[in-house]
Amino acid sequence: MTANQAVRIGAEPSALTRRLILGIIGAIFLIPVIAMIEFTFRNGLAGDYTTSHWTGLFSEDSARTYRGLYEAIENSLVLAAVTVGIVLVLLLPTMVLVHMQFPRLKRTLEFICIIPITVPAIVLVVGLAPVYSVVVQVLGGSTWTLAFAYGITVLPYAYRAIQGNLDAIPVKTLSEAASTLGAGWLRVLWTILLPNLRRGVLAASFISIAVVLGEFTIASLLNRRNLQTALLQVSQSDPWVAVIFALAALALAFILLLIIGRLGSATPSRRKS
Amino acid sequence: MTATFTMTGPTATHTPTAGATVQLSAVVKAFAGHTALNSIDLEVAPGELVALLGPSGCGKTTALRSISGLESIDSGRIVIDGVDVADTPTNKRDIGMVFQAYSLFPHMTVLENVEFGLKMRKVAAARRRERALETLDMVGLTKHQDRFAHQLSGGQQQRVALARALVTRPRVLLLDEPLSALDAKVRVQLREEIRRLQTELGITTVFVTHDQEEALAVADRVAVMRDGRIEQIGTPEELYATPANAFVADFVGLSNRMPAELVDGQVTLHGCSLNLLGDPMPDGPVIALVRPEDIALTADGIAGTVISSSFLGSLRRTRVRLFDDTVVAIQHEVERHPLPGEAVTVRLKGAPVSALPPKVKK
Ligand SMILES: Nc1ncnc2c1ncn2[C@@H]1O[C@H](COP(=O)(O)OP(=O)(O)OP(=O)(O)O)[C@@H](O)[C@H]1O
Ligand SMILES: [Mg+2]
Repeated sequence: MTANQAVRIGAEPSALTRRLILGIIGAIFLIPVIAMIEFTFRNGLAGDYTTSHWTGLFSEDSARTYRGLYEAIENSLVLAAVTVGIVLVLLLPTMVLVHMQFPRLKRTLEFICIIPITVPAIVLVVGLAPVYSVVVQVLGGSTWTLAFAYGITVLPYAYRAIQGNLDAIPVKTLSEAASTLGAGWLRVLWTILLPNLRRGVLAASFISIAVVLGEFTIASLLNRRNLQTALLQVSQSDPWVAVIFALAALALAFILLLIIGRLGSATPSRRKS
Repeated sequence: MTATFTMTGPTATHTPTAGATVQLSAVVKAFAGHTALNSIDLEVAPGELVALLGPSGCGKTTALRSISGLESIDSGRIVIDGVDVADTPTNKRDIGMVFQAYSLFPHMTVLENVEFGLKMRKVAAARRRERALETLDMVGLTKHQDRFAHQLSGGQQQRVALARALVTRPRVLLLDEPLSALDAKVRVQLREEIRRLQTELGITTVFVTHDQEEALAVADRVAVMRDGRIEQIGTPEELYATPANAFVADFVGLSNRMPAELVDGQVTLHGCSLNLLGDPMPDGPVIALVRPEDIALTADGIAGTVISSSFLGSLRRTRVRLFDDTVVAIQHEVERHPLPGEAVTVRLKGAPVSALPPKVKK
């Protein structure tokens, strides 16, 4: 509510300017997507078009060919889920605790969470390689263990999303009010803070999913199969299919965004009724 | 310095005692070297409303938060209903609290907010709803039960907060300047309402405020605090008539500051010799604190000129610049209507006064 008011105070650009900005940005996003779609209908390097790349996907022998790709997608989804889990189970409670009980540690936490953005993935992998040799011994070599590394790479984004929400609600007053009414700290977290942090938590989850689905470097260098590494592999033998799957990944991200946007606006619409 | 009265308030005796006794003894709390509570002793009788009154930063909120358990204390004892609550966390203390800042849960409706405390106590849904509606009715907000906090005015929000705190019938009600964000009219209305509910339910209440009028209006007893200590505790009448020291005299009610001379323990002022209230002081120049109703407009006496005169309903208050340039406020009957610029004479009625050491301004 207050955020909206704050935005309105500044001078707004005219309707034309707004449309222009929207148009330019829309074009920047749309042109590559349209180009990709166009590419999937190309018949080789000759100028004509065919639907065979799409129909071929559903034929029986291609199902066998692309089984690796489906596996990779599954891996990526599992990775995304585990990474979101790490964010929700580790980062969120830590941030709430620091915000309420140890405000002096806030700067330190922020610093730690921002570090991964300054470390190139390649450097991260060099550091992680010996760690993963231990992880493999303890937990085995399944792909989901990559989520530990992803949990670190998504920290800066997830931190920002949650912190923005934390700063926007009177966490201390609300939780103190709840505890005078008889709620223990777990109840406070679950019934008072979480519902009010929903927006930030959803944003953090979504951005984590997006980062994980788009991650290539770490998976590739640690020799794991995820969506991106598999796409690269496929593109070497069949560039059209690789682009089709890239489009599918984009569509998936878009659908996720829509779902999350709907969830995020569920409370206000209920309020209006 | 600290005067302690162990009598209970007058209304405390005829209320049903649902409330608990709250005792603070020698409570000390320091924040990073700054002593916020410097050995506080306070006893609140069942069903009594005690106001903590004092200037900003004197430790009122800290005292309240210590009782609620939101702040841990360094030493001393807090006893509720005969039990030391040192090891009882806030959520087990069975208290109700209303905060200065709006604190309704933004994602819950008014009704859900009020039901929250009962939910935590595992009251069955139907009974919960019934009791929440009953309590909402007490604060006159049943028709807004489905609204959210952002759809209510400040006064309504604090009413809901009050209902939310009262719905569990807590042993102790703690109010931390619940009215300070509201405008004057709503403030007066709501404080009467708080008082009425508190008396009806017989809940032991501690009410923090820095508004002396508010404290005097609603409390059975008022504890005046300064720098983490209780300077005096007593009924509003006691504080007004026999302040323990100049700080209390100055803080409670309106006082005129008039330069005077202390001779043999008597305050000598414009030829009058007045008894000194509070602790004895060394002889010499002092600032006398004289109540507006202890000065009269008379036919002869100290000469002065009227600056202004305001009608206050049942009485009139006139500001007069005396011949020695001190400005005093005088309270008198409405029939007399002095005009600005009019030459008048005033006289002290001879009531005892408090005094400050000279040159100490506030
Ligand atoms: N969490 C804290 N950390 C450090 N100092 C604090 C803290 N809380 C209170 N203090 C200090 O303790 C003293 C008493 O504070 P308290 O909030 O009890 O005052 P108050 O009487 O309620 O004032 P006000 O009328 O302004 O609300 C103040 O000097 C304040 O600066
Ligand atoms: Mg305060």
